[in-house]
Amino acid sequence: MIAIVDYGVGNLASVRKALAAVGARAELVREPTALRAATAIVLPGVGNFGHCSREFHRMGFAPELRGARGRGVPILGICVGMQLLFEGSEEDRGEPGLAFYRGSVVKLSGAPRVPQIGWNAIHKTGEHPWLRDVRDGDHFYFVHSYAAETSDDVTLGTVEYGGERLAIVGSDGLLGVQFHPEKSGANGLRLLRAFATADAGVVASVSH
Amino acid sequence: MLTKRIIPCLDVKDGRVVKGTRFADLRDAGDPVELATRYDRDGADELVFLDITASAEKRRTVVELAARVADVLFIPFTVGGGIGSADLAGEILRVGADKVAVNSAAVRDPAIIGEIARRYGSQATVLSIDARHVADHWEVVIDGGRMPTGRDAVAWATDGVARGAGEILLNSIDRDGTKLGFDLAFTDAVARAVAVPVIASGGAASAADFVDLFARTQADAGLAASIFHYGELTVGSVKDALMAAGIPVRPRERAFA
Repeated sequence: MIAIVDYGVGNLASVRKALAAVGARAELVREPTALRAATAIVLPGVGNFGHCSREFHRMGFAPELRGARGRGVPILGICVGMQLLFEGSEEDRGEPGLAFYRGSVVKLSGAPRVPQIGWNAIHKTGEHPWLRDVRDGDHFYFVHSYAAETSDDVTLGTVEYGGERLAIVGSDGLLGVQFHPEKSGANGLRLLRAFATADAGVVASVSH
Repeated sequence: MLTKRIIPCLDVKDGRVVKGTRFADLRDAGDPVELATRYDRDGADELVFLDITASAEKRRTVVELAARVADVLFIPFTVGGGIGSADLAGEILRVGADKVAVNSAAVRDPAIIGEIARRYGSQATVLSIDARHVADHWEVVIDGGRMPTGRDAVAWATDGVARGAGEILLNSIDRDGTKLGFDLAFTDAVARAVAVPVIASGGAASAADFVDLFARTQADAGLAASIFHYGELTVGSVKDALMAAGIPVRPRERAFA
């Protein structure tokens, strides 16, 4: 079972429905210890980093995510869920992230409009098993006012918006995407399918 | 580079797409999910559903519509049309819509903008503005274009953003249904006044109208309804024209297989 971490923020129905469309069974999980039974975990998030981080920690998800990471359970962070993989955000300096990667999240500057809303092409700079069907130049749907910056060697993709921004980070068993794969049409479904097949959650071969 | 968005709009009443001109002479144009799927295949970047059902059933039908669309479509979509409370906005967002658009209700009680933005984020909060050119400015009109408010549309857009709206959806009542092209002066006045994305609508009849919109204003997206419904124009052909004019658009995706 793929667990979608439900800490009360964001459009979780979309993530579940998109995973269903690639043949994966996913459940919303509100009880942190239930993550121990998950074969893969999606960490979503939308809106304000501080609000997300507070709710995420208050509900007790942080130790369970760390445990899952330790066991090598595949984890996909989406949007603010990707930002939570870092140490913190200038959107709310008092709220910590998971610190799986070094770095923090900073306000988009130098762009005519903030938030960035819409489809933008990614520049693919690295490989990852779950990016096997993603090509350099593919368009994804972005909605964000902040973007992560890291000194770790985990950058797999960037996006141009008032400068080169981090769009994809990852390492073994872990991937974070600033865009919304569940809202990025066929490109997003391809990414979700590759993630979903990293575990046993795919019930049948998929064809559309 | 961030691409310009092409957004088909579907007016829905009692679960069916209707379209005449925007607010009168309604004709049945089919099942919203079927049409939405067709637009998705044709390269639509996003969809807007305006639910104009006025009955007591509205609450149920509008949430049901959002849920049905989210089951089969994996591009962003907005639901608007008579959304009068943050609670209803929440129900619509929870079943899979990405954004909710408020219009008349926000003019009557602007606090609803801040309430939706506070609960669900500015990215989910669209302020939809219908306006008409009067003397030297554009005046906000509500209730489907029937009721003038005396309010200046540019000032209202600015106020709405300050209250938490993350996007502005403009509709020129003067141009709506006229096929005279977008109201470029109105669109640009608002797009220059706010720092959030602006969607233009009203009057588009050809691919050239979309080229004009993006070449001559700072709009981020263009929306149209009936010209797409009746096959007079396809999203794909609009994008081809934009690409030829050097305007960035999302190219056709490789099919999911």
